[in-house]
Amino acid sequence: MSSTAAGAIDHHFDPSTSTGIPNKKLLMWAFLASDCMFFGCLISTHLIYRLHPPPGVPSARSVFSIELTSFSTFILLMSSLMMALAVNAIQKGNLKSLRASLLTTIFFGCIFLGCQVYEFNNFVFEKHLTITNSILGTTFFTLTGTHGCHVAVGVFWLMLMYIRTFQPRDSSRDLRWFLCNALHIVAFIATILLGMRLVLGVVRGMEATGVSAATLAHFARGYFAELLGIVVSLGLLRWLAQPRGAVGFNETNAIDVEMMGLYWHFVDIVWIVIFTVVYLLEYI
Amino acid sequence: MADALAKSDFLGREEQAAPKPFVLWRPTAKTGLISWLTTVDHKRIGFLYGISALFFFLVGGVEALFIRIQLAVPNNSFLTSTQYNEMFTMHATTMIFLAIMPLSAAFFNFIMPLQIGARDVAFPRLNAFSFWTFLAGAIIVNLGWFLKSGAPDAGWFSYAPLSTRTYTPGHALDMWVMGIQLLGVASIAASLNFVITIINLRAPGMTMMRLPVFTWMTLVTAFLIILAFPAITIALVELMMDRLFGTNFFEVSNGGMPILWTHLFWVFGHPEVYILILPGMGVISEILPTFSRKPLFGYPIVVFSGASIGFLGFGVWSHHMFTTGMGTMGTAAFAFTTMAIAVPTGVKIFNWIGTMWGGHLQMRTPMIFALGFIWLFMLGGFSGVMHAAAPADSQQHSSYFVVAHFHYVLIGGSLFSLLAGIHYWFPLMFGRKVSEFWGKLSFWVIFCGFNITFFPLHFVGLDGMPRRTFTYDANMGWSQGNLVATIGAFILGVGVAIYFGVMIYTFFKGERTRHDPWDARTLEWSLPNPPPEYNYRVIPTVHARDNWWYEKHHQAEVSAENAKHAAEEAAHGGIHMPFQSIYPFFAGIGILIGAIGIAVIDPNPDPHVIIGRKLAVTLVGLLILVVSVYLWSLEGNEGYHLHPEDEEGHS
Repeated sequence: MSSTAAGAIDHHFDPSTSTGIPNKKLLMWAFLASDCMFFGCLISTHLIYRLHPPPGVPSARSVFSIELTSFSTFILLMSSLMMALAVNAIQKGNLKSLRASLLTTIFFGCIFLGCQVYEFNNFVFEKHLTITNSILGTTFFTLTGTHGCHVAVGVFWLMLMYIRTFQPRDSSRDLRWFLCNALHIVAFIATILLGMRLVLGVVRGMEATGVSAATLAHFARGYFAELLGIVVSLGLLRWLAQPRGAVGFNETNAIDVEMMGLYWHFVDIVWIVIFTVVYLLEYI
Repeated sequence: MADALAKSDFLGREEQAAPKPFVLWRPTAKTGLISWLTTVDHKRIGFLYGISALFFFLVGGVEALFIRIQLAVPNNSFLTSTQYNEMFTMHATTMIFLAIMPLSAAFFNFIMPLQIGARDVAFPRLNAFSFWTFLAGAIIVNLGWFLKSGAPDAGWFSYAPLSTRTYTPGHALDMWVMGIQLLGVASIAASLNFVITIINLRAPGMTMMRLPVFTWMTLVTAFLIILAFPAITIALVELMMDRLFGTNFFEVSNGGMPILWTHLFWVFGHPEVYILILPGMGVISEILPTFSRKPLFGYPIVVFSGASIGFLGFGVWSHHMFTTGMGTMGTAAFAFTTMAIAVPTGVKIFNWIGTMWGGHLQMRTPMIFALGFIWLFMLGGFSGVMHAAAPADSQQHSSYFVVAHFHYVLIGGSLFSLLAGIHYWFPLMFGRKVSEFWGKLSFWVIFCGFNITFFPLHFVGLDGMPRRTFTYDANMGWSQGNLVATIGAFILGVGVAIYFGVMIYTFFKGERTRHDPWDARTLEWSLPNPPPEYNYRVIPTVHARDNWWYEKHHQAEVSAENAKHAAEEAAHGGIHMPFQSIYPFFAGIGILIGAIGIAVIDPNPDPHVIIGRKLAVTLVGLLILVVSVYLWSLEGNEGYHLHPEDEEGHS
């Protein structure tokens, strides 16, 4: 089960520290305490301004689409489950399962971000709620946008962690690995951005003209470069993910994944609060 | 388990040094510019903090003298009103964020790890990053002096709507916003590091209730910074959104409420004053026992009152806002909590007096400064309690009485204690000692100058002179007090000049001191002066609260114990040291460039350009930051092993 020679590692006790809690874990907890205050202030701002709307502010209910947001909330919750599975996998030294869980977490995170991009677009262009034209837009976009930035940072971090699991143990190949690593990052970012653009393009096309063969053909012509790009970048990702001998990433790195997991769960919990007090509150 | 141990940061056996690609090169220079740019040694970083703080202290002092010259006589025209606004804004910003806080951070960095028996902080490279980010923020805040925008001039509180684009156009305030934002990032990063270090890197036997009080106050201050700075971060984000993107947070015509800024600012701003004073209280709690030849009186009470000041500090912010019309209930509640916070503060003063009571007092320079601190801080505390009474405060609000009050707690409190700390730890840091004559002379000149400056301001304030006005009329009855204050300010300036002149002389040419010159009690004095890079050759085992005192009286036991631990450590491969790294510095550069992009560069006038100059510079800075942080994580937290016995054998 264990990938290290020395036997099982206790993931909850680090004998080199005074308390037995690993430094990195404690660092993340302390940072999250700080982040709590950070979001606390932003959410309070929204709630205070919600109580004192000036005349002419659109009602939040007329703008929000609770179905879409509920869906993306569910997806983000599920991503937390995948994150927990990832931590569990690496604590048992199971790299294959770790990679699969990380990729799923990233995928769910991207769905959430995609929903947010769609939602923002919809609010600005269809519902005419912008960040400048009303106090609701100001607090809503700043709060959810800040949360979205946190999710984006989390996705970026997950991506880097996934790529790091391919770092070879044999250090003589370091320079080669370093270049592969850079290529991997570029391919991954390209896949995410192109994927989001394509999916949003499909959705917009379907909204405009409904689902039909003609729509799809039109779409394929309009997005030819993107389609080509995503095929290439997915191929690259597949190629880079091929096994190339022993890797250095193992059970001892569990704390790195766990630290990232703490961040991811926290961002998820913040969203639960935002979903409740920004969205659901408007429907009571 | 053994492998996990070998991989952890501070224990481990020798591993084969792996060849690294060029970008992951680890600098090894021990002297010269590169060694300073890439240092991860907490003592060097502390020194960098200290030097920067003293430089900005000088800048802030000159700004203060300009203010006093302008106010020396009625209807003076030494400064224009705009220049005067810039002076008082930058004087406050500089003294709070760029002088007192980094000077405290210098002590946190240098002394705290030594006091708990650690070899470095928990995250050495993050520590370097904190310093470089602090420097970037300091540069951004002060950049306005050299540009045509001028310096920020909306006060250190930058109240909305004065600070919105309508009333303060131009980039000066953008720079203030971005600068404070960066200083917040630096402070939070550094504080996270200190918290983890104190909780997790204590030497064996160093229980929480054996921590030296200075370390305790470091912990409380770090928690205050972690929990209070996010409030100002959000306030600044909202102001920046208003200024850059035209949002409505503080735009009254669209439903914004400027009072929100005031609340968010003081939710941060009041804990901030405890961030400024608690480190000083820690320093005093180290100095008084040493020079009274007694243990600290009521150690647990001193610690608990420090912690309760930290807690209560979050519940008093609205006493800065008694005149904003909060209503009777809110005003009464905040008046009550404000009076309550005077209790733990008073407890500390009585403990310090109890420490000296019946002691064998040694009137050395650090002790004199510490005594000065107690007097002046007590005076500042008295006028503080006067402010807590809301009806009285509505008379004193925004008058020079408030100015007198907070200079008594900030100079008489924070600054005196930090000056005392510099004298106290100077022999440990540099192995030299300031002569008693010059040290005491500087104390008396500073003490007299300070009181001559700020005592009259109480009366001027009660006579109704408002703060933040650049001149006054001759028939107001304020002329005499102001003239005395200006004369005092120059005496104070002379005192500070003597203090630092002597300090610089001592740094280069001062008398060398023996080991442990004050016959002190805490662990840091067990080290040779100056301490070696690895601090402790053998991690000490702590048996008592004043452990160095214990070691001095149980030498046989301690040396046997140390020999045993040294053998164990040698079996582990020797003293583990973290590699130096250049990436924290590069990350700081990235942050600086990004902040320049956001705050200094004009937006492109042509709306058809998608990525204009402003966005381009910002993105370049962001890219440098992200790449640096990534390379920083790729290079890993590896280290090397030192064998001090071998080096001594060779030399």
